Amino acid sequence: MLGYALRRLLGSLPTLLAIVTLAFFMMRLAPGGPFTLDRSLPPAIEKNLLAAYRLDQPLWRQYLDYLAGLLRGDLGPSFKYQDFTVAELIATGFPASLKVGGLALLVAVFVGVGLGTLAALRRNGRLDHAVMALAMVGIAVPNFVMAPILALLFGVHLAWLPVGGWGDGGLRNLVLPVTALALPQIAYIARLTRGAMIEELHRDHVRTARAKGLGERIVVVRHTLRGGLLPVVSYLGPATAGLVTGSVVIETIFAIPGIGRYFVQGALNRDYTLVMGVVIFYAVLIILLNLLVDLLYCVLDPKVKHD
Amino acid sequence: MAVLAPPRERPIEEGGQAGRSLWQEARRRLLRNRAALAALILLALVALLALLAPWLSPHAYDEVYWDRIAAPPDFANAHWFGTDGNGRDLFVRTLYGARVSLAVGIVATFVSLVIGVSWGAIAGYFGGRVDALMMRTVDVLYSLPFMFFVIVLVVVFGRNILLVFLALGAVEWLTMARIVRGQTLSIKRKEFVEAARAAGVRPLAIVRRHVVPNLSGPVVVYVTLTVPHVILVESFLSFLGLGVQEPLTSWGVLIAEGAGQMESAPWMLIFPASFLAVTLFCFNFLGDGLRDALDPKDR
Repeated sequence: MLGYALRRLLGSLPTLLAIVTLAFFMMRLAPGGPFTLDRSLPPAIEKNLLAAYRLDQPLWRQYLDYLAGLLRGDLGPSFKYQDFTVAELIATGFPASLKVGGLALLVAVFVGVGLGTLAALRRNGRLDHAVMALAMVGIAVPNFVMAPILALLFGVHLAWLPVGGWGDGGLRNLVLPVTALALPQIAYIARLTRGAMIEELHRDHVRTARAKGLGERIVVVRHTLRGGLLPVVSYLGPATAGLVTGSVVIETIFAIPGIGRYFVQGALNRDYTLVMGVVIFYAVLIILLNLLVDLLYCVLDPKVKHD
Repeated sequence: MAVLAPPRERPIEEGGQAGRSLWQEARRRLLRNRAALAALILLALVALLALLAPWLSPHAYDEVYWDRIAAPPDFANAHWFGTDGNGRDLFVRTLYGARVSLAVGIVATFVSLVIGVSWGAIAGYFGGRVDALMMRTVDVLYSLPFMFFVIVLVVVFGRNILLVFLALGAVEWLTMARIVRGQTLSIKRKEFVEAARAAGVRPLAIVRRHVVPNLSGPVVVYVTLTVPHVILVESFLSFLGLGVQEPLTSWGVLIAEGAGQMESAPWMLIFPASFLAVTLFCFNFLGDGLRDALDPKDR
């Protein structure tokens, strides 16, 4: 297993290099540099600025410098937030993003699996139809629509929760963003779980367990859930990617000081280094999480052997 | 060798049953599925509204009424959905948004279809090292956070609607390529492909004339599921202010504006949001219905 993990890590290095290269050259292809303003700078100042950010070097030189910086964990200086490096900005934004995203993932898995299992057990019953209708809503209504509606309902009309803002990052500020972020994933996971559980409940070993006279709870928890969880585990990779993407919108709507908001602002301000840094950071995160998911998969399913 | 172009498989007669093609059968089953039929009708309605937008309202999509800013729905002045924050008629703007959203959905899906089908069919048909290399590329691309690349593309090259089309299409073809490759692997063992090969047709011509026309069911289903996804992503970009530019609009732009003023003018959020949600719903139902209709499992 350890060998497999190491091999996978090594295997993801080319992917990472591809991402960095693509991001770097795309940024440099951009018409207009980061210091192209409405009024042009005096040539001497412009020259100094370009030299300070090493933009006067040949392109291959800049690329190698950037790669060397990456190895040291240095993502370069931000072009717009002066006096901050990109790494510092990401470090300030990450705790809030992690809190919202991590909670949303937990909520999505537990609620999604719970609802999907209940729906499978009451197949074609009223509860099943209700859960599937809810799942359809979760899939069809995007989170940037769901988030304002939730804020309108619980923040403005009922005034139970704050409409936005972070405060001290307490529960009150977390409920709405986490819900809005988790809903689409809950929907997918509930659908996946329901399908897998229905299939699993028809297996021979489940019938044997029932025939032995085991209680329904034990049959479900001990004999069915393990198989029913497999598709959910393999969906966790895409789910994380979805959460990361969704967090960009959710952080903007609820004014959460996370990475996603830096990313949007960086994109609107043409802060190339910041945007690139965030892309690389998320790419690493997604690659690592995918690896984790694959490892989890072989723990759950003894049929999958990686060595 | 034009004589040898048999493509479309037709099970002419099965067990004495009157000959009905796969597609006739599928259409019959699709029309019997009430949810899918309703979805189809609603989608046709939305498309019709979008097409006829300029003739359905007395207002132009970019005409500003200074005395009616963010006015609620009002039938006396024919503002059926009210007006937006700049005093423009929301009904017409929602329909113009539908034009943009549907156009992006269809064009980007078409781009992804072209890339995905050629990539998958070539990889599947040639097999071996070509296949390994091409599908490995797809695997690598799969693990990229693509949404971010689309955003970067839009940032770098400016907000150009054509670019949005291309960027989204270029992102969406990966799954299509996988599906098509799987289909191709089974098609290339069929007799008519063998016949073509025996007749000396060149490999690329076989792919073009004999393999691609027979990639039917799963591709159609996946197309109906790609369209809503593309529409969703375009709205997402527009919502962030990275998509379509003023005075043109799309559902994402309208929803973003509505979300900003939802306390004082909730209709600005509700109408475009419901149009988007209904459209996404319908495509999903249609996709599900098509899958059931084309799935030979429960025949």
